[in-house]
This record gives sequence, C-alpha cells and structure tokens, in this order.
Amino acid sequence: MTKNIQDRVIEIIAEQAVLEPSDVTMESTLEDLGIDSLGLVESIFAIEEAFDITVPFNANEPTESDFDISSVATIVAGIEKLVAEQHS
Amino acid sequence: MKRVVITGAGTINALAHDVPGTLEAMREGRCGIGELELRDVERLGIRIGGQVKDFEPEEMFNRQQMALFDRFTQFTLVAAREAIAQSGLTFDGELATRSGVVLGNSGGGMTTLDENYRSVYEEGKNRIHPFVVPKLMNNAAASHVAMQYNLMGPSFTVSTACSSSNHAMAQAFQMVHGGACPVMVTGGSESILCFGGVKAWEGLRVMSRDACRPFSANRNGMVQGEGAGIFVFEEYEHARARGAEILAEVIGYAMTSDASDIVMPSKQGAARAISGAMRDAKVNAEEVGYINAHGTGTAANDKTECAAVADVFGHHADNLLMSSTKSMHGHVIGGTGAIELLACIMALRDGIVAPTIGYQEPDPECALDVVPNEAREAKIDVALSNAFAFGGLNAVLALRRVA
Repeated sequence: MTKNIQDRVIEIIAEQAVLEPSDVTMESTLEDLGIDSLGLVESIFAIEEAFDITVPFNANEPTESDFDISSVATIVAGIEKLVAEQHS
Repeated sequence: MKRVVITGAGTINALAHDVPGTLEAMREGRCGIGELELRDVERLGIRIGGQVKDFEPEEMFNRQQMALFDRFTQFTLVAAREAIAQSGLTFDGELATRSGVVLGNSGGGMTTLDENYRSVYEEGKNRIHPFVVPKLMNNAAASHVAMQYNLMGPSFTVSTACSSSNHAMAQAFQMVHGGACPVMVTGGSESILCFGGVKAWEGLRVMSRDACRPFSANRNGMVQGEGAGIFVFEEYEHARARGAEILAEVIGYAMTSDASDIVMPSKQGAARAISGAMRDAKVNAEEVGYINAHGTGTAANDKTECAAVADVFGHHADNLLMSSTKSMHGHVIGGTGAIELLACIMALRDGIVAPTIGYQEPDPECALDVVPNEAREAKIDVALSNAFAFGGLNAVLALRRVA
C-alpha cells in the first residue's frame, strides 16, 4: 500500500511538472520541479481525487497546516497519514 | 475637459441595505461577515461570507419582475434607486438620450445558473423557465437600470473580475469628462453566494474559514461578499446649475495590465496603476491622504499591494492611511470597488477613515498605517481606490474633496 501511494503521488507530481516519474525523487522540492503555486493547488486536487481524501491546504498559509509540502517525501508521508485517517 | 462630480450614491451589502447604514457600520468597524445561509451549505468547506440578510425582494418587485431579476439585478436596482433619488435627477429629453449606465459585474446571474443546472442535471428536468437567459446575462442589471430610469445613452457592462466596477466607473468618468454624456449611472454588483459559486472559489484554496484579516500577519485568505454600489456621475456645471449636493469629485483614473500571471498579482502592474491615476488626476503624492486598498486578506495580494504603495509614495507612504473595508463587507468581486468607493466618499466628505477590522498581528511586509480596527478622524483632500483583479487587470480611481 505504501509503495502504491508513493508511486501514484510521484506520477501525479511528474505529470504536473511535465517530467518522467523517474525524474522525480523523494528529495525533490516542488521548486526544483518547477511547480508554482497554481501547479501545487492542481496537484493537491489530483491527489484528493486519486485517493478520495481531503487535504487541509490553504494557499495563504502553506506552512500552517499539518500537511508539509517541503519535499516529495513529506508530501507522500502526509498523504499516507491522511489516507490512513480518512479511510480507517 | 469637463469636471466630474458624484451627486448620488446607493448600496446594499452585508453591512446595511443603504448608504447611511453602511457608513455607520464602517465608522463603527462592524463586521457583516457571518455563517452562510444557503442550500447545501453542509457540503461546502468554506461556510462564511458577507451575505445580505433580511432582504425580501418579493416585497419590492412584482411577480413579472421577479421572473426576470437575478439577485445581482435586484441588488443593483435597490442601490440605483437610492443613488438616483439622492441625485434628484429625472431623465427626460436630451438628458435621457445622452445619459447612460456602465456597470461592473463578474459572475452574472450565478444563482440563476446554479438553480437551473440543478433542475436539468440533478433533478433531470428537461424544461426550464423561458427567461433563464435574460435573467442570467451579465448585462441584465445595466439594462434594467436603463429601462427603469429612461437612460438611453451609452450603456454596457464591464467584466474584469475583482476590478469590474472600478473599470466601469473609470469608463463612466471618461464619458462625462470628455463631454459625451452629462450624466452616467455607474458602479457594480455581484451575487455569487450560492452553492456552485462558493464551491468554485473553494477550489482555489485561497479562502479563509474564519475571517478576512487584511494586512494582519495571521491573515489566511479572502471571504466572499455580495451586494451592489451605484453612483451618479454628473458633469460639474450641470450639477451646480441645478444646485445638486456634491458628494465628491472624481479627478482621474488609470488602468493597467500585469501581462504576467492569471492569478498572482504584480507589484509593477499595481504601482503603474496607482501612479498613473495620480498623474491623470494631476495630484502629487503628498496630496493623497487615504487609499482604499484592494486588501483581499490573501498572503499574496496584501504584501504586493503594500510594496506597490511603498514604491509609488516613498517616504509619504508612512504618512498616508490605507484600509481595506473587505474585512467588514467581504470581497464583492465585480461590485467591490463600487461599495468601497463609499469609504473614499466618507473619508473626503466626513473626514472619517474606515478601519481595517480583524487586524491582530503586524506584518513587516505590510508596514503601512492600515487604520487597524477603529475608524479614524482625518482631513483627507485626495483619496485613491485600488482594484487589482485576477487576470492582472488593474484599475485605480482618484477622488477629491469638494469644499
């Protein structure tokens, strides 16, 4: 399950960044990948649709919510947590 | 060129159903934002807004009118009635054929769309009311004002998202200033507080769940409002000849385009609009005492707007007052500049500057005097009103106190 979430998130982020999934590493930041604030909001929407979850993210205070967007790894970890909480 | 003065003002918004009530609320720093009351609100993530409450359109409009008036048209007509009554004008003969109505609006009949989409998609109906199109079209409000008051000159609707009514009023100013029209009815309205309207905005993730706190370090987004602001712009000599009460003089404007991003604001685009309006109005930076800010309460707008003002005004930025009344009535999108112009008129005419309420923590990136939480007395000679829209389309108006 964990592997699946990670692969799926990387696919979504890669598609947003117009890159191959192999170009996206767990250490990448959204900035590294060229994803701006609109791209981020679109990625979060795609993630919510893919996993049927609600991500508590407000573009005005990206660092305020529990959802950490500082790297692909933190995004994956955040989604794993939300999937566990919201589908338990 | 002709001088242009305001001889009538009308409004309906979350603070009050008229101008005196709205100005009183602004003086008292009252908040009109509260829990949204609308169908399916439990399916919304954002449940607050500056909604017009205790509004009974059925008591103002007859059955035929109700079938044709979306909520944004109803608001417009309520505000137009107050503005035109205050001006004391009746439109006959040449005054009627040469005077028109230019209004701002962004969403059109969003409530009408929402209700009719429900009926065909959700309820599966195949028949809809015959007046859906004339009810939802963005120009419906301008047309009904023209019909009710016999305004037969240039009339149309301007749609530039959050700048719509500032663009509309700039256009109306230009028509009177250039001598084409003796009088123009102008301003704008919006009504998007329906399920689909709020849901669409929710998607952008720029909305606050608790309050609109412009310029405060802990601000967390915008809050939608609804309503209308309508004004009578009149050629100065025409107004003087009939002894009309003059609320303020409109002295210039500027419009610019950022040409950069569909949602992120640009400091340069905003600064060019502000300095352009001062140049058009032939005023020095030192004469400007008050700016009604766009001040949406988003992270991006407020810091960009403050940086633009600091760039344009230099040291004088520390002397002027700048407030966002969106903290009280919410962001009325296509009608917001019109409602906010009331705060400029109050500052110029009454010497009272409306506050930015909900202000809790200073933000070093918004280090201007934003008139936090309490209205302030100040003698203001020149005021500016900012509007910076999604799409990077900016419009700033300049007004002067009339002695």
